[in-house]
Amino acid sequence: MPMSANRYDAIVIGAGMSGLAAGIRLAQFGRRVVVLERHSLWGGLNSFYKRGGRRYDTGLHALTNFVPRGTKNTPLPRLLRQLRIGYDDLKLGEQTYSRVCLDDVVLRFANQFALLAEDVSSVFPAEIDGFARLVHEVETMDAFDQTAVVRSARTELRRFVRDPLLVEALMVPICWYGSAREDDIDWDQFVILFRSLFLEGFARPEGGIKPFLDLLLARYRDCGGELRMKCGVEKIELDAHGAARGVRLQDGSELESDCILSSAGFPETMGLVGRNIDTRDIGRLSFTEIVHITDRPSRTFGHDATITFFATTKDFAWRRPESLIDTRTGVICCSDNYASLTPSKEGVMRVTSLANHDRWCALDESSYETAKLAAEQAIFAAAIRFVFDPRPHSVASDMFTPRTIRFYTGHLGGTVYGTPTKRRDGDCGVKNLHLIGTDQGLLGIVGALLSGVTMANRHVLMETRAGQS
Amino acid sequence: MNREEIIQAIKDIITTIAPDEDVSNLANDVRLREQIELDSMDFLDIVMELRKRYGVQVPEEDYKELATLDGCVTYLSPKLAGKTLKVGV
Repeated sequence: MPMSANRYDAIVIGAGMSGLAAGIRLAQFGRRVVVLERHSLWGGLNSFYKRGGRRYDTGLHALTNFVPRGTKNTPLPRLLRQLRIGYDDLKLGEQTYSRVCLDDVVLRFANQFALLAEDVSSVFPAEIDGFARLVHEVETMDAFDQTAVVRSARTELRRFVRDPLLVEALMVPICWYGSAREDDIDWDQFVILFRSLFLEGFARPEGGIKPFLDLLLARYRDCGGELRMKCGVEKIELDAHGAARGVRLQDGSELESDCILSSAGFPETMGLVGRNIDTRDIGRLSFTEIVHITDRPSRTFGHDATITFFATTKDFAWRRPESLIDTRTGVICCSDNYASLTPSKEGVMRVTSLANHDRWCALDESSYETAKLAAEQAIFAAAIRFVFDPRPHSVASDMFTPRTIRFYTGHLGGTVYGTPTKRRDGDCGVKNLHLIGTDQGLLGIVGALLSGVTMANRHVLMETRAGQS
Repeated sequence: MNREEIIQAIKDIITTIAPDEDVSNLANDVRLREQIELDSMDFLDIVMELRKRYGVQVPEEDYKELATLDGCVTYLSPKLAGKTLKVGV
């Protein structure tokens, strides 16, 4: 069948992790695919930028799901095989260990599960059996059953663990690494995250996110995939039967396809289709993040943990704050504490906090700058209980807010984890249009990549297998 | 393609999608999944490579025919008749 120049087997909206992964899968098997990115940088939530001659990563604290080379039946090797990227090409450096600090309760975890089991046993001796039953449930449950009803992780956890402190301590890192719901997370997402954080582990690609993105991009181009940068989608066009038939770009031109994979987010995609956006679909959780480069490595300050998830009080609140920020919980990532082939002479500390998108976006320019300074003071006043103060040793620093996230990702509400109600099968109610990425509910970099892979498999490779030649 | 060529074609596809697996000693009459690490996503890739390299269509209900190398030969022989082996694509 002859194809017109503007007709594709699939159109992918967004050059983030899920979009690039979907693109690779399709291009790899000779399908005509285009990935459309409205910004001048790729990577989406996991990207990078340059300022003052330095490159900063956004998003990447950790590549979760770390397993040693050759480990069978786990997401990371399965993903790499689907994308045909070699494990060794990632040049992964492992974490030292990470910590959950809930007030004065400390649990450490590492890429060997024994450390967490040991700390749970010593801090919560009465919970040893319950915790073992929880781990067994996490290991054996089918967390990808798309017909399963949505359950509350907090409620389910109480079936295994009686001490509310242990429940909260487990919720802190898991909410931080992927909950789009206030004060809870879906049980199946909890299980997936428990595996990827605790049973598997954390690592960092050598050099951060850019070399990792370079690998994905090179793979996509080698397969013959087309990437258009600074190419925003104005509208998703529907045919007379309400099925997606293509996109209209911001420059007015049109592309046609019977398969559109959108990583824009569920409410954002509904906006592109021209439907009303239900405000309940807009997530309420957004963040600020401060990064400090220090003149010497973090370990020289006596800080050897890679990531610290903290809550300053025993009642962990995972919700949008009333004020600009909530300093009572946060994540501290010292990325120079990942193993590296070329150890840095500097330290890199990032501190992430919960923030209120609407309040940040309501500020005028001068108040915005003042608010950033005040927020930083308040955040460090709370965080230095768990880490050294980098500010006296800082040689460079930067900060992003919900406003920055909104601008670069287009996510309504400045969300990172997207809509609170996930659509696991990617179904958004429009034929030929499928969600990929965050709002499909797969988490982290590995989850996002897998989401693109599985949707490309299901909606393009498997669909057309019998039809065309 | 004759029997030996079809087996070589399948082994070459497996090497492409799963470079860590050793295909040199695969038994022809034992299920591939019992000999090497292949999940359902990998079987999709075998089918996709057959389509890309040889223009062969394998509908999902016929996946089971590809469970062993002998099964591949039986099922693919008529479809690959007259086609040329492509290795290392």
